[in-house]
Amino acid sequence: MIEINKISKSFDNHKIIEDISATFDKGKTNLIIGQSGSGKTVLMKCLLGLHEVDKGDILYDGKEFNKDEISEVSDLRKQMGMVFQGSALFDSMSVLDNIIFPLRMFSNMSQSKMIERAREVIHRVDLKDVDNKFPSEISGGMKKRVAIARAIVLNPKYLFCDEPNSGLDPKTAIIIDKLIQEITVEYDITTIINTHDMNSVMEIGDKIIFLVEGKKIWEGNNEEILNTDDKLINDFVYSSELFKKVKLSQKK
Amino acid sequence: MRIFFHIGRYFLMIKYTFSKFTKWSVLKKLIFQEIEDLILGSIGIVAFMSFLIGGVVAIQTALAIENPLLPGNLIGFATRQSVILEFAPTLISIIMAGKVGSFITSSIGTMRVTEQIDALEVMGINSFNYLIFPKIISLLLYPFLITLAMFLGILGGYIASVYAGFSTSFDFIQGIQLDFKVFHIIYTYIKTILFAFVLATIPSYHGFFMKGGALEVGKASNISFVWTSSVIIIINFIVTQLLLA
Repeated sequence: MIEINKISKSFDNHKIIEDISATFDKGKTNLIIGQSGSGKTVLMKCLLGLHEVDKGDILYDGKEFNKDEISEVSDLRKQMGMVFQGSALFDSMSVLDNIIFPLRMFSNMSQSKMIERAREVIHRVDLKDVDNKFPSEISGGMKKRVAIARAIVLNPKYLFCDEPNSGLDPKTAIIIDKLIQEITVEYDITTIINTHDMNSVMEIGDKIIFLVEGKKIWEGNNEEILNTDDKLINDFVYSSELFKKVKLSQKK
Repeated sequence: MRIFFHIGRYFLMIKYTFSKFTKWSVLKKLIFQEIEDLILGSIGIVAFMSFLIGGVVAIQTALAIENPLLPGNLIGFATRQSVILEFAPTLISIIMAGKVGSFITSSIGTMRVTEQIDALEVMGINSFNYLIFPKIISLLLYPFLITLAMFLGILGGYIASVYAGFSTSFDFIQGIQLDFKVFHIIYTYIKTILFAFVLATIPSYHGFFMKGGALEVGKASNISFVWTSSVIIIINFIVTQLLLA
């Protein structure tokens, strides 16, 4: 579980996120949603420790880590997995080497054990015959799967996904969303996903935090979000024709 | 005043590069990979350039000293001095700023744009050490390239002057042995080591701290070349003033 208490972050005196408090539950997919520029990515980077917050606390399983203690930061980072928007696979490495990379850096496993573990997660994310391919040789959906495999290979306690289905066709996007949700439950990890995709919200939104201009204005789940009266949320949720039609048909 | 910000950040980058070391087994592979990319991959262009530059220096010297009273070994002497003191270490380093420097900036810059550096940091890896340290270590072999450049430059001068009839083989060889000072070689290697450090770190700095997309990677490579070659020229001036003046 990750808790944030009144965290704020500014760049050049411009407030990007302000006084955000929330709890991200273990074993659930926690979504941070909002329009582009609402502060989702900055909030995630604060959680990851890539940005230092101006004020407020971040607690990982009840423990605030000491940012000045390099070994503590390093230990915490080893418990985090991250799926980047563009997958962020290492171009110079094969798929297998990309997945083995965290093991090579942080474990004392033998080469054969590392390959065995990598193959386990490759199998878990439903990839086949890609071990020796390079990231440039595989599709966007496959890259996301490899990124997920790399993120979970060390059995992390926290999984962060920044718009994991951007650039994917709707069918593949849902498959990736479902895969992340299944892994969250199976590995019992705290998963936080940044998205502005309503399909993801409806599919996997166990817990949703809605940001507007750097402030949290709503919290709930994927059923509650459809029934709220908040105008800002409704503008966001029903911005697509498809959802408008769904709402109209529900009223009828 | 912005320049002071960049200088400060550059030295902080150097400090972080030598802290929180990556696992040795991983680092070792990276160093060998960098040796292949930066040193072995540059042998061809260094050999080609040095050979021709040596030839041009010899021909121009020969054409400039038409006076029959001047000794015949002057061409060999002038070629040796020019190649060893200046052309091999400095000119080749500027060429390397274009070849190796652009490669370093664009490869690190692309990693920045595609969030690969963020991925390293999220994993708890010191990305400065992981990416820059192997480049610095591999460029410790840079004096090997400059030695090759010196040898081929003088060989180019020999072939150009002897086969074009500007000098005899005996005169040229006598010229390259004339008044030889070992300190000149030491001076060249001191410069070379400093240039190697500049070649590894300034392009890395420009790649590491670039912002934007693919177009900015190109711009960063361009700026990196300008700064790397400028710093090489400045260091060349200072070291020459300190050691030879």
